[in-house]
Amino acid sequence: MILSRKMASIGKECVACGCCTRVCPKEAIQIAWGISARVDQEKCVGCGKCAKVCPAAVIDIVERGAAQ
Amino acid sequence: MKKATKKKWSDYLWIAELCYLFLGLFNILFAWLGMLFFCIPLFVAIFGGSKAYCNRYCGRGQLLGLLGEKLKLSRNVPPPKFLRSPWFRYGFLTFFMIMFGLMLFSTYRVFTGAPLSQTVTLLWVFKLPWQWADVSFVAPWIGQFAFGFFGVMLTSTIVGLVTMVLFRPLSWCVYCPMGTMTQGICKLRNGKKSKEYGRTGKEDSRTAEGAGQ
Ligand code: SF4
Ligand code: SF4
Ligand code: SF4
Repeated sequence: MILSRKMASIGKECVACGCCTRVCPKEAIQIAWGISARVDQEKCVGCGKCAKVCPAAVIDIVERGAAQ
Repeated sequence: MKKATKKKWSDYLWIAELCYLFLGLFNILFAWLGMLFFCIPLFVAIFGGSKAYCNRYCGRGQLLGLLGEKLKLSRNVPPPKFLRSPWFRYGFLTFFMIMFGLMLFSTYRVFTGAPLSQTVTLLWVFKLPWQWADVSFVAPWIGQFAFGFFGVMLTSTIVGLVTMVLFRPLSWCVYCPMGTMTQGICKLRNGKKSKEYGRTGKEDSRTAEGAGQ
């Protein structure tokens, strides 16, 4: 499986509103336990759509590996 | 290519939100229906342990999204940092709950014999006369609660619309008291489980750290 160079990374101030889940074309984000969004690293293609809508501005598009 | 997503009934709950506001204007007693918007998210968080209400069923969130994204009424810039900070979120929740408590107290006072005040308070200070509403056929305290609660709902709608225009469409969700409360409940309920799950490493680890807090 070839992974994209970039991926989304969610900061800890996520408010779990779910806006990002609605725009992700790869269904790579889920709201886990009603606490925070989580990105499935394998599905994410780093397109940045989620970062553009996040009202809390907590999503960064980072180089793979940098988020770990 | 844009993925084709089939609309579900829950995608139209913004209509319920609009109907609620209009019905309340015609008959203030419809304000009581707003208790559903208040109780359902709390029940879902307490008994279901999720923010499914925010994520799928909130008509207010959908309405703000439609106005901001589809009708392009939003400037679409991130809200300022202070507005996104935890102290503002929890501070606003505290303020909101105090004002809600005062509203309940005035309902109680009417229940114990104080005269009914036919006003709707907007933005916590502006008292709008609402004389056209006929609440003579119900107990005065039922009418008083309707006036008070409709004020709460209109106020949060106005604040939500202003933040939608000024910042990103759903900026209101950053400090919406219901959102803060339901997330807080989920943190209390699921915080430990979430932290353990985060250690599996498949998901973004920055989130996993934050989620377990
Ligand atoms: S960067 Fe794109 S693919 Fe990755 S989570 Fe965000 S919207 Fe989905
Ligand atoms: S849009 Fe931002 S704040 Fe909302 S769930 Fe996604 S990452 Fe969290
Ligand atoms: S945060 Fe508030 S307005 Fe936003 S989706 Fe949740 S309940 Fe609705």
